[in-house]
Parts: sequence; C-alpha cells; structure tokens
Amino acid sequence: MSATLFWTGFFVITSFALYIGIAIASRVGSTDEFYVAGHHVPPVFNGMATAADWMSAASFLSMAGLIAFSGYDGSVFLMGWTGGYVLLALLLAPYLRRFGKFTVPDFIGDRYYSDTARVVAVICAIFVSFTYIAGQMQGVGIAFSRFLEIPIEAGVMIGGLVVLMYATLGGMKGITYTQVAQYCVMIFAFMTPAIFISLQLTGSPVPQLGLVGNVSDGTPLLMKLDGMLTELGFAPYTDGSKSTFDVFAITLALMAGTAGLPHVIVRFFTVPKAADARKSAGWALLFIGILYLTAPAVAVFARTNFIETVNESVYNAETTGLVEGESETPDWFHRWENTGLLAFEDRNGDGRIQYRADPEVNEVTTLNRDIFVLANPEIANLPSWVIGLVVAGGIAAALSTAAGLLLVISSSISHDLCRKVLFKSMSDRQELLIARLSATGAVLIAILAGIYPPGFVASVVALAFGLAAASFFPAILLGIFWQRMSKEGAIAGMVTGLGVTGAYILAYKIFGWIPNDAEHWFLGVSPEGFGTIGMMISFAVSVTVSLLTPAPPPEVRELVERIRAP
Amino acid sequence: MVQDKSSARKAYWRANLGLMGVLLAIWFVVSFGFGILLRPWLDQVSLGGAPLGFWFAQQGSILTFIVLIFYYAWAMNRLEVRFADRLGSDDKPIPDVVAPDAASQEDAP
Repeated sequence: MSATLFWTGFFVITSFALYIGIAIASRVGSTDEFYVAGHHVPPVFNGMATAADWMSAASFLSMAGLIAFSGYDGSVFLMGWTGGYVLLALLLAPYLRRFGKFTVPDFIGDRYYSDTARVVAVICAIFVSFTYIAGQMQGVGIAFSRFLEIPIEAGVMIGGLVVLMYATLGGMKGITYTQVAQYCVMIFAFMTPAIFISLQLTGSPVPQLGLVGNVSDGTPLLMKLDGMLTELGFAPYTDGSKSTFDVFAITLALMAGTAGLPHVIVRFFTVPKAADARKSAGWALLFIGILYLTAPAVAVFARTNFIETVNESVYNAETTGLVEGESETPDWFHRWENTGLLAFEDRNGDGRIQYRADPEVNEVTTLNRDIFVLANPEIANLPSWVIGLVVAGGIAAALSTAAGLLLVISSSISHDLCRKVLFKSMSDRQELLIARLSATGAVLIAILAGIYPPGFVASVVALAFGLAAASFFPAILLGIFWQRMSKEGAIAGMVTGLGVTGAYILAYKIFGWIPNDAEHWFLGVSPEGFGTIGMMISFAVSVTVSLLTPAPPPEVRELVERIRAP
Repeated sequence: MVQDKSSARKAYWRANLGLMGVLLAIWFVVSFGFGILLRPWLDQVSLGGAPLGFWFAQQGSILTFIVLIFYYAWAMNRLEVRFADRLGSDDKPIPDVVAPDAASQEDAP
C-alpha cells in the first residue's frame, strides 16, 4: 500500500467518522428542527455552513483549472458565483427569514395565495436540485475510484449512505453542523497546497496576493504568464475570447441563479432573526471568498508552473539524454498520464514535449482541467498526506452540497406537497416520517444518477442556474418588493421563465437541435447566459399579467407589509 | 398613534430602499462596470502587474461584495435601532395565509 493511498484512506475515514459523529449528536424529533434547525443556528456558523453548502465539487476541484485555461473568461464564475450573495443579502434573505416558514415553495404558496403556485415552485425546486445532485454524487464516486482504488459504483454508494445517515437522523440541524466541519476540511485542504506553491513561485505566504505578485526576478507574475503564452501562440491570459455582451449575460445569470437556488436560500431560514440573515450572508461570502480569491491565483500558478516545467522538457532522460540547460519531465506528469487525464504524443520525434496553441504542433494532446487542483500537491513536491487531504476536501465539498440539495427535495415533498396540498390534516410526526422517507428515496435516486450519470450532467450547471434565475428569482423578488404582483402573474412568470430557458438550453446543449456556436445563438447569448434573457422575459410576463388580473387580497398585502417591517 | 406607526414604517422602508439603491449601484459598477464594460479602458492601468479591469473581474469585485454586505448589515441594524421606539418590536410569527391550520402552530416545542 502506497503512502498516498494510506493517507487518503486515513483522511477520508476520519472525516466520515466525524460527520457521522456529528449526526448522532444532533438527532432531531420535530419538523421545525428537521427543516430549519429550529431557527437556532448562530450567524457565523450559518455562514460557514452556507459556504460548504454552496461550494460544490465543481468549485473545489474544477474552478481553478477552468480559470487557468480560460484566463479572463473564467471571471464570469468568480463574479457570478459571489455577486449573487449581494442580491441575497440585500433583496431576499432578510425578508424570507422574516416570513419565518420552512421552505421556498412555502413562501411562494403563501405570498401568491395559491396551491398551484406552490406546486409549480415544488416542481422547480425538485428539478433544479436533482440535476445538481447527480453531479455531486458522481464527483464522490470519481474521487473514491481514483484515489482509493474502489470501483466508482461502490464509491457513490458509500458517499450516498453517509449523507443518508446524517440527513435523515439530523435533518437541517445535522446537515448544518456537518457542513461546518466540511467547510473546515475543505478550506484547509484547498489552502495548504496553495500556500506552498505561492511560497515557491512568489515568495509570499498569502496565495491570494499571487495575482498581483512578482516572480523572483521582479517581473509581475501575470505579465510573465502573458509573455509565455503569446510566445507559444496562445492568447494572452488577461484577454478574453467571449463577447462583452455574453460575459455580461453569463455573469448576471449566475448571480441571479445563485440568489434563486433553493438550497442556498433555505440556509437563511435557520438563523434566529432577519438581522442575522444579513450578517450571515456576509460571513458566508467571506468564507467563500477565502477560496474564491485564492482560485484565480492558483490558476495563474498552475498555468505558469505547467508551462515552465513541462514545455520543452525531456520526456525520457535515460533514452534521449539531457543537453546542457534542459530538464526532465516531472514525475507527476507521468503519473497523471496513467489516469488518462493527461496525454503526450511525440509528433516530431525529438523526445521533448512541445506545448503549443497550434493543434498541428501541440504534443500535449489531452489536458484535463480537473488535474490542476488534484496535482497541485505533487507539482509543489508536498508530502503524500497533503494529497490525501485534498481528496478528503473534494469529497467534503461534494457531500456538503449533496446534503443541502437532498433536504430541499425531501422538504418539498413532505412539507409542501404532502402537508400543504395533499393531506392537510397530517400530524407533525407523520410529516417528519415522510420527510425522512423522501430523503431516503432521493438518496437512492441520487446514487443511481451518480452510477449511471445521465448524458447531460456536464450541462447541468447552466441548466440549474438558468432555471433558478428565470423562475424563483423574479417570483421572490417581486413578491417582496411589489405588492401588486398577483398569483396569476407569479405563475405565468415562473412557467414562461422556466419554459423558455429550459427550451433554449435543451435545444443547444442537450439535444443539439441547433449548432451551439455564437453565430446561431439568440442575440449572441450562449446557453450559459440565457438565464438572463429568461429572467427578463419572466419579469415582463409577471408584471403584464399581474396588471391585467385582480390585485392580491388584503391579507397578502398585510403579509408583505409585515415581512418588510424590521 | 396608528398614523404615526404607518408613517414610520414608510420612512423606514424608504431609508432601506435608498441604502439598497446606493449599495446595488456599487455592486453593479465594480462587477459589470469595472470588470466587464469598462475593462478595456481600465486595463491600461496596472495594479502590481495585473491589468486593473482584469483584477476587478477576478478579485476586486469579490472583495467589494464582502464589504457591501457587512456594511448593509451594520447600517440596517443602526436603522432599526433608530426606528425601534417608533415602530415597536413586532416579532410575532406570521400566520398562514392560505390554509389556516391550528395544528401547525402548536407543533414546535
């Protein structure tokens, strides 16, 4: 057994034991505790839990690599996935907390005095959450299979069972405190290699400063990278390839989508009062910011390091021999080649790796963006326990998000569908039982989806954010800020927003009916950014239909007055 | 008294909207403005080797967002204190609108 395998197993098992321990300590017995942790979560802890809930396997493993390859274009994720918290803190979270119920469909159903609106919201919530959860389970499976030599299926099942255990026992209370622990594991795992790489490249122990840092000879790191990339035929790192309008649209769609995702919103129901919801959004963004401010620096380090150590290196020094001033291809390159995420083909037969933009000359034929975060510890020559830690961090990121999504699915079914629409006379204990059963059902479906991932998992991010931006965001925002908004307006707005955005993304990304390129896009907006257009349409339809239909009854106006009051 | 309470509510809400407007304007300017629309122009300036527009898009906007939220939380607390005696504390749970269900009020221990 190798040292890496030992340490990975050690960290994964220890962290799982911790999560289960927390779950057993925070068992719950009422729906209030199961859905919103009894509204007792202190703002700082809720901030940490929100950060873990929010940052998925994609943020942890893929984002830095994605930015490393797209340079300026990667900014849409950085701004989009953080700017949404400003919208949440200012426009949504305090009012939803003041409303004081359990779920997002709860608010939609009460504010729009309609079970139809509630059911539409339930469908949106379940749809958005399921598309998202499949990717998380798959991430857990991949982490297990690659580092612990366990088949993907077994990995997905182990991960699913652990989530099931703490989600059904402890509900929101259990999830909250495991998420706090998962945030700590995750941030420690992300920062440790980043700090060491930063020390090696720029001499500074604060990796976040790497973006404005200098390399040892005094040249700014970014200028050095721009120079290296242009020499190899790539576009400069600080230039973008997307149109300004598309960058604008994607950023706005991701921001509104973030603010409209039910598993994020529901976290703000768990704090004691509205003022805490505002404060806790600040903490959440601060905790997220630690990773999000580091990711662009890690991206620059990774791209620079890759070019410096791999390009023009001698692939096999024993057979080719080293000329004065040349270096050998680093070991980690060979190790990652075995996984298939990295491939080298010696096209010109000189025994050296040429990394170029031109596909005719480029010899690094496969370069998966996910390897950068995973290979970081090896690139920085860190001991093998750091690798184990990074794997445990990736699993923590995936599990914490999956648990949050799971709770949205289970509460939508047990509370909104069963208690509020189908069986109104149900008792609290029956509702709690159904909540646990539907959580179990949802985990089983998520496990299946993780083992047999539907082909569209890669496009799911665009879909989930686009749908949230075009359905929940306008309905909740107008519900708080525009008393005149009627139930007909809300239902029409959600349905059109969902329909138009869903159809656009399906047509370009999932079924491929229309070629997915800038020439064929509506107004030059990519499917990732179409949520913005869908949101505009949803706003327009909501307002028009509301003005054409009767005003909401006085109780609803009173409800709106009360959630606005301090 | 009722009159006073309702005008206090309106004043509180207006103050809140004004504050929100200013903060959302800053939110828009640092991200969509500096990071996207004005980037070609800002990129001529360099911040420690990073073009300024690029830096705002990748780090500057996030730092500003964090400050904006904490400032809003602080300013709203101050606003609530200022209005506290005129508005009174109204911390009762909001009743159900659609299906008034007596049982649901008594579930919580």
